[in-house]
Amino acid sequence: MKNKILLTTIISFFAFCFIIFYKGLNNSNIYSPEKNIKKNIPIFITKDFFSENEVSSKEIFTGNNFYILNIWSSWCVPCKKEHPILMELSKNKSIKLIGLNYRDNLNNAQKFINELGNPYSQILIDEDGTLAVEFGAYGVPETFIIDKNKKIIKKFIGPLTLDLSKKIKSLIK
Amino acid sequence: MKIIKLSLIIFLLINFSQIKSDEKSETLKNKILKNIRCLICQGQSVYDSESDFASSIKLIVEKKINEGISEEKIYIFLEEKYGQWILYEPEFNKNTLILWILPILLFLLGGAIIIKKLIIQK
Repeated sequence: MKNKILLTTIISFFAFCFIIFYKGLNNSNIYSPEKNIKKNIPIFITKDFFSENEVSSKEIFTGNNFYILNIWSSWCVPCKKEHPILMELSKNKSIKLIGLNYRDNLNNAQKFINELGNPYSQILIDEDGTLAVEFGAYGVPETFIIDKNKKIIKKFIGPLTLDLSKKIKSLIK
Repeated sequence: MKIIKLSLIIFLLINFSQIKSDEKSETLKNKILKNIRCLICQGQSVYDSESDFASSIKLIVEKKINEGISEEKIYIFLEEKYGQWILYEPEFNKNTLILWILPILLFLLGGAIIIKKLIIQK
C-alpha cells in the first residue's frame, strides 16, 4: 500500500513536470518585457549627424508635438525594409521623426540616406550604442513613440510594418 | 639624495595603489557583467557575449563604475531599462518567492526524511 502511494506520487510528479515543460516548448523564447513604458526620456548629449555639433536632449525635444525616435543603421537590412514606412510617416506634420544612427560608419550612413531619402527632421549619432541602451533598446531597428509630455508611450522592436504605422497614427491622434 | 629616494617611494606607492584600484574596478566590472543576461543571444551573459548589445552594455557598466556608481545602482539602472529578467540573480520579492523558498523547503523535506529513516533504523 505504501509503495503504491509512493509510486503514484512519483508518477504524478513526473507527469506534472512533463506537462509544464511541454507547455513551455510552445512559448516564445524571445523575451521582450514591456518595460520603459510611460517613462521619461533619458537626458543625454550627443552629436548631430550632419553638423557633428553637440546637441542635448533638451534642445531636441522642445516642441509640443509627438516624437518618433527610430534607431537605424546602414548595415541593418530590416532598416531598409522599414524605410518607406518612415518616409510616409514623415509626411505627417504632427510627428517629429528623430533618427538615432546606431554603431555605424558615417559615410555608409550618409550613402544610405542619399539613396533612400531622409525621413528624419534630425539625426543623432550613437557611435558606441550606449545612447540606445539609455533608451532601453535591444538593437536595430527599434522605434519609440514619445508623447507631448516627453514620455515614452510605446516601443516597437524590429522593423515597422504597415499595420504598425496605422497603430502609430492612431496613437498620436 | 634623501629627497630623491623619498619621492621615488611616493611615486611607486601612488602607481601601485593606482594599479590596485584598476584591478579592483576590473573585478567588479566582470562580476557585474557575468550577472547580466545578454538579451540578444539569450543563454549567454553579457560577459561572454560579443553582440553589439553586449558591447554597449559593457561600455555603460565601465562608464558607471568609473563615475563611482555602486554595483546595486547599476543593477537598478539596467532593471529599469530592461526589466528584472536582465539579471541572472533575481531579487527577493513576491514574484520570486517560490523560486527562493522552494529549494530550502526541499532541503528541509529531504533532511526530515533522512532523520526519520535514521530514527526508524535505530
